Amino acid sequence: MTGTDGLVGRTATELAALVRAAEVSATEVTDAHLARIDAYDGGIRSFLYRADAEARERAAEIDAARSRGEDLGPLAGVPVAVKDVLTTRGLPTTCGSRILEGWRPPYDATVITRLRAAGAVLVGKTNMDEFAMGSSTENSAFFPTANPWDTTRVPGGSSGGSASAVAAGFSPLAIGTDTGGSIRQPAALCGVVGVKPTYGRVSRYGLVAYASSLDQAGGLATTVADAALLLEVIWGHDPADSTSIPTVPEPVRPTLEDGVAGLRVGIITELTETDGIQPEVAAAVEAARAILEEAGAEVDKVSVPSVEYGLSAYYIIAPAEASSNLARYDGVRYGLRRQAADVGTMNALTREAGFGAEVKRRIMIGTYALSAGYYDAYYGQAQRVRTLIINDFARAYEHFDVLLSPTSPTTAFPLGAKVDDPLAMYLSDVCTVPTNLAGAPGISVPAGLDGDGLPLAVQVVAPALHEAVMFRAARALERGFEFTARPRLGAS
Amino acid sequence: MTWETVVGLEVHCELATKTKLFCSCPNEFGAEPNTSVCPVCLGLPGSLPVLNEAVVEYALRVGEALHCRVPETSIFHRKNYFYPDMPKNFQISQYDEPVCVDGYLDIPGVGGVPRDAGGRVGIERAHIEEDTGKTLHVGAGGRIHDADHSLVDYNRAGVPLMEIVSRPDIRSSEEARAYVTELRAVLEAIGVSDVKMEEGSLRIDANVSLREEGTEVLGTKVEIKNMNSLRSLARALEFEVARQAAVLAEGGRITQETRHWDEEAGRTHPLRSKEEAFDYRYFPEPDLVPLAPPAEWQERVRASMPELPSARRRRLVEEWGISDHDAGVLLTSGLADYAGAAVAAGAPGREVTNWVVGDLLAYIHGGHARAPGVNETGADRSDLALTAEDLAELVGLVGNGILSRPLAKEVLAAALAGEGTPRQIAAARGLAQVSDEAELVAVVDGVLSASPAEVARYRDGDEKERKKLRGFFMGKVMAATKGRGNPQVLNRLLDERLPAG
Amino acid sequence: MTSRITRADVEHVARLARLALSEEEIEQFTVQLAQILEHAANVEALDTADVAPTAHPIPIANVMRPDEPRPGLPRDEVLAMAPDAEDGRFRVPRIVDYGDTPNPGDYSDPGREEQC
Repeated sequence: MTGTDGLVGRTATELAALVRAAEVSATEVTDAHLARIDAYDGGIRSFLYRADAEARERAAEIDAARSRGEDLGPLAGVPVAVKDVLTTRGLPTTCGSRILEGWRPPYDATVITRLRAAGAVLVGKTNMDEFAMGSSTENSAFFPTANPWDTTRVPGGSSGGSASAVAAGFSPLAIGTDTGGSIRQPAALCGVVGVKPTYGRVSRYGLVAYASSLDQAGGLATTVADAALLLEVIWGHDPADSTSIPTVPEPVRPTLEDGVAGLRVGIITELTETDGIQPEVAAAVEAARAILEEAGAEVDKVSVPSVEYGLSAYYIIAPAEASSNLARYDGVRYGLRRQAADVGTMNALTREAGFGAEVKRRIMIGTYALSAGYYDAYYGQAQRVRTLIINDFARAYEHFDVLLSPTSPTTAFPLGAKVDDPLAMYLSDVCTVPTNLAGAPGISVPAGLDGDGLPLAVQVVAPALHEAVMFRAARALERGFEFTARPRLGAS
Repeated sequence: MTWETVVGLEVHCELATKTKLFCSCPNEFGAEPNTSVCPVCLGLPGSLPVLNEAVVEYALRVGEALHCRVPETSIFHRKNYFYPDMPKNFQISQYDEPVCVDGYLDIPGVGGVPRDAGGRVGIERAHIEEDTGKTLHVGAGGRIHDADHSLVDYNRAGVPLMEIVSRPDIRSSEEARAYVTELRAVLEAIGVSDVKMEEGSLRIDANVSLREEGTEVLGTKVEIKNMNSLRSLARALEFEVARQAAVLAEGGRITQETRHWDEEAGRTHPLRSKEEAFDYRYFPEPDLVPLAPPAEWQERVRASMPELPSARRRRLVEEWGISDHDAGVLLTSGLADYAGAAVAAGAPGREVTNWVVGDLLAYIHGGHARAPGVNETGADRSDLALTAEDLAELVGLVGNGILSRPLAKEVLAAALAGEGTPRQIAAARGLAQVSDEAELVAVVDGVLSASPAEVARYRDGDEKERKKLRGFFMGKVMAATKGRGNPQVLNRLLDERLPAG
Repeated sequence: MTSRITRADVEHVARLARLALSEEEIEQFTVQLAQILEHAANVEALDTADVAPTAHPIPIANVMRPDEPRPGLPRDEVLAMAPDAEDGRFRVPRIVDYGDTPNPGDYSDPGREEQC
């Protein structure tokens, strides 16, 4: 820990307690983290927008409220970084794209509203793969983000900015979004905890859409308990989101420390006994098994056959929905415009200039997959494969409470290694995509470092709505792995 | 070879809910541009739609009124295409799982003669969809195609619509008019829309084809757009049928295409040079969940259905003793409630109907020939200076013999011009009919004694001669009373006082 | 069913999607899209005859809101985002036939478009 006053590197849980107990002010906490960002973000570039002024203002408000004896929210004074895919009223929201460069939304995402109500202090908007399409944050239109553990390597994506921010100690918490693994995979590559809840747990109102039936916002943190705290603040029904789950979520923190005695854990064979899984990653899964067995869980292998088709189904469904969701970026009402004599040409020139290659590729694939004559074979079939995956998971859950797998098949790869090979890049999501297709929750837990000092991780997934048992298993793994290492940062 | 006209109509109806389909922006006509918008109806990044429950209520009413089946679930689809008035560049609509299917609408007989199919037009489906914004094309030419640039207003974007699609059961332009007229009346009766074609809250597209009479196979259909009134609809269909018949007569083939009705030129012309089906890339709307209206809701809608036009027509025919035709005209005139109020004020339904369907409608249509159908031009009905009670009063005056019918018409005109109530006008103008026996006896006797030759001819003449002379005497007597003599009394007196043949 | 996606397909799809691709992009995408689609098409092999498609992973139905008006966005805030505005409206260059959508004036809808 290199924080000058010992506030950086603390968990959100600790900081919230200190602020609530008036042992430290929100302003002090905020200043400490802003100073760290000043010192080190130059070499990482987690942030697209630094919200220093707004953060200080909010911290001052929290301090004033506290001195008035008012009730403070559960995250009062805690710095949070937010992926630039969520709308923040009056603050730039680019989604990592030139087409929204300079756009300031006139409304807050529900997640933002809830964070503010909890007293969180938004320190900035983090970098991401453009419109959340990517697994390395190299598809950001602005610049890539580096992995704090090795700045020649990627932090993962698409929530690379958020994952690296937490890993680097810029904020104890960050919000990311996960459509095919975009919270969990960067969390894995950056050695932090990353959780994607059940689809519909967290409101998508204000979450700029990539693939509507897969997108979900979630949290990144250095501890499982912090991730739980964050999730409990942002989740819950929202009438502004029709796909929002109407029932109140069962809290996860009360049972977090209950252990895993008697828990039935299944290791997904299709995701562990396969080519492409780095040996140390596979070893991490084995280590996880040992930890859980020692803690009293029953661990066995399980086959979930159709997960092998997850990537294929995903790379039809997600681009299809994206091609429609991104049609609104046409230069008419906001964002970039490239002038032309007629509106159709204006649309086409604007989108050509405003979108990067990966976004264009996925729009093209999606448009093709939905087009006349191809719908049934592609989109229709992929939606049916989705049902197969859901059914296979359901069968597995007849015998197991949670499932275990790698989060990412490899540790962080070098910047530039996969940018020219889209298919190779897509393979990064093989372990995470099935959970998005099933709408189920998943969490990535750090599992140590490999021989190159790069983070390893394992993933726990659970049936839809069963975050509590998932968190319980994740906590047991965290206790077993005892991973407390932090990257050493170079000055910027 | 005789050709049978086959027409199907697609009617879009703007629903008169308080808020838009997927957001809480006010659903108002005529607001300042872009003042009724929000992140959702502007399609801002991150926005999401939430279905308006009143739209579902209205959709269920439409389904009930059109005898549709409401499938257990229906879903929304995205219809994808780029157009500046569509904020998301897709329209949220319903595709193959709409909210209402398999209904029908019975239309009153056209020309008084019921169709052999029972006057029933099948309704294939009715579904919910969102409306687009409005575009103003600015440019020197004044035509859309000469525009220099365009200006977009999104107030209307997201307004709820229902699209009602008929089966191709319509066989003539008259039937098409009757169908739309009846559908309008139904939609208005159930309170879901103000159905004004001139304001765009009711829009019509037609699919027209011809087939050999007696065959089942449908011919190639042509879609006709831009018919903005019932008259346009009828003219466009007539033109198109004639055009297609001419093509077929020459041995040509009908091209499947979309054609635009040109009101000024009185013809349809093709919109694009080759037939092309747009690829809308429909897929289920992932931001919305299925709609499964519970049975209790549908029951409530059923139970609260108002009297529909067909039922009301039947009731008026029975209760008032009027003809089917008059009942139909009354209902489409927009004066049915008015007539009902006059009857409630004591006038007989039959008389009221005659006055409304005859004189009042003629007045409203500005003196044109009586035309059943939607009031497309002319005075607003609510502006009638003659109230329903006044009309009842007038009818009473005629019924009591105080006014003759011709004089009553004069009084009506004066009342419509705002001169006062019928009683007041009759008194002011001294138009009260003379029925006093003694007075009339004197008049009759006076006339007869002044025309002895005619009286003699009457006594000696044949039936034809007597009839003619009778008219002569009546005319004289009427003139003597300045038209105010009660005709029944005068006739009786003439009977009594003229010599028998 | 897997057809090799041709250059013509790519051009057609690019037009549908309003993307003015460069020559280089067309060439590159023709290759890459073919690879991706081929990979994605391995789902073709699966027997899904008895399987219904999943549109939503979590079954929810009947989500609605009451028909009560709420104020939206102030117009100046809305137009402040606009790349070009005039007379309280969003300004765009003229609309011409792009071949794949309905045209100006195609609508039986007096409210959709006006000339001035």
